[in-house]
Amino acid sequence: MNNTANLLLLLVVLLNFFLLGTSRLGSNIRTVAIQGGLISLLPLLAHGLSSHTLFLAVAAFLFKGIAIPYLLFRAVRQVHISREVEPLFGYVPTLILGTLATAASFIFSDRLPMIAEHSQTLFVPVGLATLATGFLLLITRRKAIIQVVGYLIFENGIFIFGMLLTEAMPLMVEALVLLDLLVAVFIMVIVMHQIKREFSTINIDQLTSLKE
Amino acid sequence: MKTILLPLFLHLLLLFTLSPLLAGVIGKTKALFAGRTGPPFLQLYFDIWKLFGKKMVISRTTTWIFRVGPVTGLVVPVLAALLIPFGSIGAPLSFTGDLIFFVYLFGLSRFFIASSALDTGSPFEGMGAVREVTYSCLAEPTIFFAFIVLARLSGSLSLDAMFGQTLVASWHSAAPSLLLILVCLFLVTLVENCRIPFDDPNTHLELTMIHEVMVLDHSGPDFGMILYGAAMKLFVLGALVVGLFLPGTTGNMALDILLFIGGMLLLAVVIGVVESTMARLRLLRIPQLLVGAILLSFFSLILLLR
Amino acid sequence: MENNLIALILLLPFSGSLLALILPSNRFRPWLLPIFGTLHLVLTFIVIQAGPLSAANGWLGVDPLSRLVLLIISLLFCGCSFYALGYLRYRISWGNRVFVSCLLLFLASMTLAAISRHLGILWVAVETTTLASAPLIYYNRNRLSIEATWKYLLLSSVGIALAMLGMFFIAYAALVAGGQVSLQFDDILQGAATYSRPWLKAGFIFLLVGFGTKVGFAPLHTWKPDAYGEAPGIVGALLAGGLTSVAFLGLLRTLQIMDAASEAAMAREAFLALGLISMAFAAAFMVRQPDFKRMLAYSSVEHMGIIAIGISMGGIATYGAMLHLMYNAMTKGVLFLSAANIHRRFGSKKVDDVRGAITLVPLSSLLFLLGFIAITGSPPFAPFISEFTILQGIFSTGHYITGGLFLFFLAVIFIGMGTTVLSVVFGTPSENAGDKDYRETFTTTGAPLIMLLILLVLGLYLPDSVRHIFIDAAALLEVRP
Repeated sequence: MNNTANLLLLLVVLLNFFLLGTSRLGSNIRTVAIQGGLISLLPLLAHGLSSHTLFLAVAAFLFKGIAIPYLLFRAVRQVHISREVEPLFGYVPTLILGTLATAASFIFSDRLPMIAEHSQTLFVPVGLATLATGFLLLITRRKAIIQVVGYLIFENGIFIFGMLLTEAMPLMVEALVLLDLLVAVFIMVIVMHQIKREFSTINIDQLTSLKE
Repeated sequence: MKTILLPLFLHLLLLFTLSPLLAGVIGKTKALFAGRTGPPFLQLYFDIWKLFGKKMVISRTTTWIFRVGPVTGLVVPVLAALLIPFGSIGAPLSFTGDLIFFVYLFGLSRFFIASSALDTGSPFEGMGAVREVTYSCLAEPTIFFAFIVLARLSGSLSLDAMFGQTLVASWHSAAPSLLLILVCLFLVTLVENCRIPFDDPNTHLELTMIHEVMVLDHSGPDFGMILYGAAMKLFVLGALVVGLFLPGTTGNMALDILLFIGGMLLLAVVIGVVESTMARLRLLRIPQLLVGAILLSFFSLILLLR
Repeated sequence: MENNLIALILLLPFSGSLLALILPSNRFRPWLLPIFGTLHLVLTFIVIQAGPLSAANGWLGVDPLSRLVLLIISLLFCGCSFYALGYLRYRISWGNRVFVSCLLLFLASMTLAAISRHLGILWVAVETTTLASAPLIYYNRNRLSIEATWKYLLLSSVGIALAMLGMFFIAYAALVAGGQVSLQFDDILQGAATYSRPWLKAGFIFLLVGFGTKVGFAPLHTWKPDAYGEAPGIVGALLAGGLTSVAFLGLLRTLQIMDAASEAAMAREAFLALGLISMAFAAAFMVRQPDFKRMLAYSSVEHMGIIAIGISMGGIATYGAMLHLMYNAMTKGVLFLSAANIHRRFGSKKVDDVRGAITLVPLSSLLFLLGFIAITGSPPFAPFISEFTILQGIFSTGHYITGGLFLFFLAVIFIGMGTTVLSVVFGTPSENAGDKDYRETFTTTGAPLIMLLILLVLGLYLPDSVRHIFIDAAALLEVRP
């Protein structure tokens, strides 16, 4: 079980790298969808089949793998966003930063005390690395929609970490958390429409009228 | 005596006879995807044979360097081949630290081919040389990181041991790292041999080519040597990928050799599939992908060291 | 009975929100706000009278801290809801279905956050406050408000996501210690003493950053001036008074956990540092601030800092901080609502355009001026008492440098804020722009007036029954198991 989970987590890291390096908006969103789909398998792999994990997996798959990417794709179509990502600075520096952050999270999580059955798994380092990737996307990308992608990756990182403690999160709370995420993206997409209408671009470097 | 001679003989035999076949398999695969018949499997053999029977035209502006390029291009892959095991057939030549020798052998041939390209004084060939050197220089760290990972896993600094029997155990203990390394080595094979997505070996537009443009002025036996050398280089680097992918041994020599040849042909098919399904990258994006490969191999090292 | 009471106070604003969605009339819909606001306030008084409550297997409950926060948000919301009547009548052509519905949903989520005793529920509630308030900030539908909404939405969401990670870390600390893995607050308090330290401390940092973003500590405050400045005044009041209190509750819960784990020293140091940085930032940006609504936002940053410093000192200063949580919220209500009236009359919130407000909108200007006097901690208003108590706590525990800095920042802010406020209120009015038909009515000035009166009364005389709300809340932060 753990080996499959580890392999899956490694794929998540590769997708992180891909996200940092890719220049196409479509492949960004597709990657988020794939990553969301992949991590929705984690509850089953980490804790075996039970009604709780099954529900969580299905809900996560529907929300992270299908509904949210659908919303984003629809936004791309309706808002007529051009297909380039337009980073604030180059892809190579972000890639290097991403790798360093990933390496740091692997080294850092080695220092944290873990219980025996988790010491061989990659949940903590990959969770932290994914978090860092999301953060990097948030601060280095100009397009509002990629910032949403960054936020989603960020959330994925937390989700991965949360896999270690499904006992702590009752089902209802998990469901509410996912619902909040969906609504958040929904509102962000609406705001994106408005940004497009007001500024005829969704590059957030246009959003500079409010400053000291 | 026999224990040294047999692998040596087998090595050279496999290298000399099989390497042009890979190009044939790649060509066939691509033809299959495109719905064409394509050139026969043995096309490259015919080409090389034909070229060796021709006379050479050598520009009057060139010096002896122009002639050295093709020779090193031919000799270096042969030397490099002696350092690595072909599947479970051990390397005939092996010493501690030969991985560095291996990498710099290719550096040597690249130096001379690039110099001979510059020697012609043609701006196109100079441009090709610049690109070739840039990309190789970006590919080198990846090879080194990959070798460091393998050296750490096997506890040895010679290629023979690194790709030897310890790999089977390593696949059990450090599969994630090795998987990443496999991907990285495959990428290196593609870039070093100027395959899609880095370079399109079929275009004959000077502006888009990298490797081909360097050798525009070579003709006859010189060009034949370059083609043959390039085929062997693909074979050698491919053997690393296959060696990593199929580390096991069946215990039976003949079966092992067949397994290795099968692996090489499979690799050629995979390259053919990649070339058929992908487009050549924009020149600006190539360094990005190569840096990505470096970072990936670096990450696999971290994964191993933690 | 207990269950019913808690269910009622939760479902009341929520059903109001749904009702607002269904009701077709733009003219009558705003009336839902004062109706539900008043009902909520009545229920809050009943809850406060009822003593400790617990419901839903201990997931929800009312302890002294919840009581205080509940009182703050309910009072503020009730006041704002009457103001909303006047505001929405003025803006009748814009439609108000989403606005009213989101306001009530905002109230519902703040209530849920106040009474949640499960960190997961608390997280969901706080995230819902973000989502419910985003459309409110965007109500003016112009470039600036969209920009403010985007920043607010993204920063708050990311911040609160970090808080979630912090919660997971704390749960993992329990797992490493071999204890019961639960995010239920009482379980955590019980087990915290044995928790694994590295995870607990890392969790604390993430919770601090997460809720700190929502509270608006410097340097995590960057969304605040934009959101407060561009949102309608009523929304600014609710954000600055209500939402910050709710987010602060999250921080106080974190402090309780650290207290139970005997790691409070680290937590208090972090609070002190954030508090001082916030005051310094606020002081720096408030001097010569050209926009009086943004100035109020920085004032909010400052006062969050003051409360954090009060809590970090412990003892009497914590009591002062509890007082200040309430008094700051009420004063912010007065300031934002009166500033909104001035803004409307002049059609601008730039100090350059707005002069001599006292001759055009006398009552609002007076309220704005008195609100300024109150918020800077001048007697006889209540914030004087709370700030003085905090200062007393700082000096009595021997933190002379902190005390000195505290006073210095207060002085700078007083001068900086005073320059802006005085130039807005006095002088010869500029006649060029704005809405000349705007007249002050009781609905738009009544609410801030009453809040100011409450502050005045509390500043002069604090009844024992009210005092106990604060004392009990402060006592909860001082417990050492």
